Amino acid sequence: MTSARNIKNQIYGWLLLTPAAILLITFTHYPAFATLAQSFFSTGTVTRPSKFIGLDNYRFMLEDQVFWKVVENNIWYAVGTIPASIAIALLMAVWVNEKLPLRGLVRMSYFTPTILPMIAVANIWLFFYTPEIGLLDQVGALFGFPSHNWLGDTNTVLACIIVITIWKEAGFFMIFYLAALQTLPPELEEAAKLEGASRWTFFRRVTFPLLMPTTLFVLINAVINSFKLVDQLFILTKGGPDNASSLLLYYIYENAFSFFDPNYASTLTVVLLLALAVIAIGQFVILDKRIHYR
Amino acid sequence: MLHNGLGVMPAIELRGVTKSWPGTVAVDDVSFTVDEGSFVVLLGPSGCGKSTTLRMIAGLEDVSEGAVLINDEDMTAATPAERRVSMVFQSYAIFPHLNVRENILFGLKVRKVSAAEQTKRLDHVAGLVGLTELLERKPAQLSGGQRQRVALARAIIAENPICLMDEPLSNLDAKLRHEMRIELRALQRRLGMTVVYVTHDQTEAMSMADHVILMREGCIEQNGTPGELYDTPATTFTASFIGTPPMNLIALTSVQGGAVVAGTDRMVVADTRGENRILGIRPEHIILTIASQARSRGKTGLKGVPARVSSCDYLGADTIVEAICGDQQVLVRVPGRCALGDGDDIGLTWSNEDVHVFDAESGQLVPDAEPLSVAA
Repeated sequence: MTSARNIKNQIYGWLLLTPAAILLITFTHYPAFATLAQSFFSTGTVTRPSKFIGLDNYRFMLEDQVFWKVVENNIWYAVGTIPASIAIALLMAVWVNEKLPLRGLVRMSYFTPTILPMIAVANIWLFFYTPEIGLLDQVGALFGFPSHNWLGDTNTVLACIIVITIWKEAGFFMIFYLAALQTLPPELEEAAKLEGASRWTFFRRVTFPLLMPTTLFVLINAVINSFKLVDQLFILTKGGPDNASSLLLYYIYENAFSFFDPNYASTLTVVLLLALAVIAIGQFVILDKRIHYR
Repeated sequence: MLHNGLGVMPAIELRGVTKSWPGTVAVDDVSFTVDEGSFVVLLGPSGCGKSTTLRMIAGLEDVSEGAVLINDEDMTAATPAERRVSMVFQSYAIFPHLNVRENILFGLKVRKVSAAEQTKRLDHVAGLVGLTELLERKPAQLSGGQRQRVALARAIIAENPICLMDEPLSNLDAKLRHEMRIELRALQRRLGMTVVYVTHDQTEAMSMADHVILMREGCIEQNGTPGELYDTPATTFTASFIGTPPMNLIALTSVQGGAVVAGTDRMVVADTRGENRILGIRPEHIILTIASQARSRGKTGLKGVPARVSSCDYLGADTIVEAICGDQQVLVRVPGRCALGDGDDIGLTWSNEDVHVFDAESGQLVPDAEPLSVAA
């Protein structure tokens, strides 16, 4: 009797879980395992079917010059975008948290880049960067600067991509900081004012430490985005010139869908996932102890 | 500059201070002085402008009109820090990420007081408020009373002569509030601080204050010692705000030669000049005669103004009897427990020095009215 009801309960539970489980397994768990498995196989062709090659793909990756170039680009991309977008987000949040005229409009303007699709953003910035007729060159020409092919020069292309990403991300992170700032009781600032604390002292000693949980959240998102946001490359550079603006995820895409080497793409994907996991866990372990959660 | 007879300087003076926002006036032409070393309570119902007044003294709120003087110096436009006042907030405003020690030392660190001095003052203040054992704790690990002490310690350690307190005890439970009231008052006397204390709790005001400034709708209703406010309320508002239960305010009807309690015929005021008088008398000043006792001595034994009991509220030390007298409701405080049932007939008597007569229109005390004693 008891066991019969138990079984009935089990079935009932599984039935409730099934729809979500099917979706999760089909689109998340199976692809993840398939990717891992594929990375140990060679890419099959009509004449040479796919076969197990162990770590050969990984060995090839370590010798792949383009891979290392792309990793280097991605590190610079992360270093360029993460601190800058977080700092700007924090600055904007503190600014629009004050009483200022047209505050709603200012907040909205800062947030607008976030709601635009990256493809649209890339198109807008294409107009800025285009040589001769682009906004940058037009303004530069007024001051007598020569025309410059911003996206065509290996020295400037990555910086251009970084600027776009910061522009797009800062407003998004600002929203989190703004929400966190609004939960801080105003009496804290008043108490500090009575003690004679300057605004900078108050920010450094009170506001910033109290925003640390938000900073951790934003930081993890920023790191993930620095590996994830590559849409603009499709419009602007296609990773060029000479792979100067190619990023890891874009390189994975190229391998899978341009060079038709899904197994090597799988290998790169596994490496990317591992790297992200290590970074995220590291951030939690190191920063979590120093953060005051309310 | 006005000095009082004892030669005590006013530590704080407000001259015609007004605070207005578009469409509203929160504080309207308020003037008062706070003597050095005294404990002054700003009392009033919520929204009466008492907190705003305090915040204007602190410099956290701009003054629309008038002047704020601190130690004879015009501080109307000074920053909060320049005024050298401490403040205890209702929410305590403790920094949640800093431990007790860092919270207390926050101001000293900001002002770059030497480390040796910091330690010296911290030891002293932590001892004063009883936090010595808790210095390493985070605010989340403290009870409400302990947090209150941290806020207090932070205010004291600055060694500012003036301390402003905005409902500092309202987040504590009743027992703790009572203890802190006594402690706070003792601390203020011991350190010789000038305290301006905002509260809506008249018990706090009565038990702690040297002076009570009762506010209503942005104006000062009455400014005096707790005794003055209790014994000689200037208006019906003061009368009804101070005391638990508050003063009875009984509407009178004019008759030939004086006035009677509306709905009865016993003359209680001999003043014939005014219409619309209100009789004010405290519940403990009414003496009650019980009809059943009177009946045993004969039907005529019921003394004073006749009334009928509508309910009794037993509080332990005394009982508050609610009675209907004519068409007016009257509260009477009777010591101990009383054996009255609903609907019992009683007689109310009082002596004329306990009675206050107010004008019903303006609510002001009519100083030369002639209330009568009501006896047999």
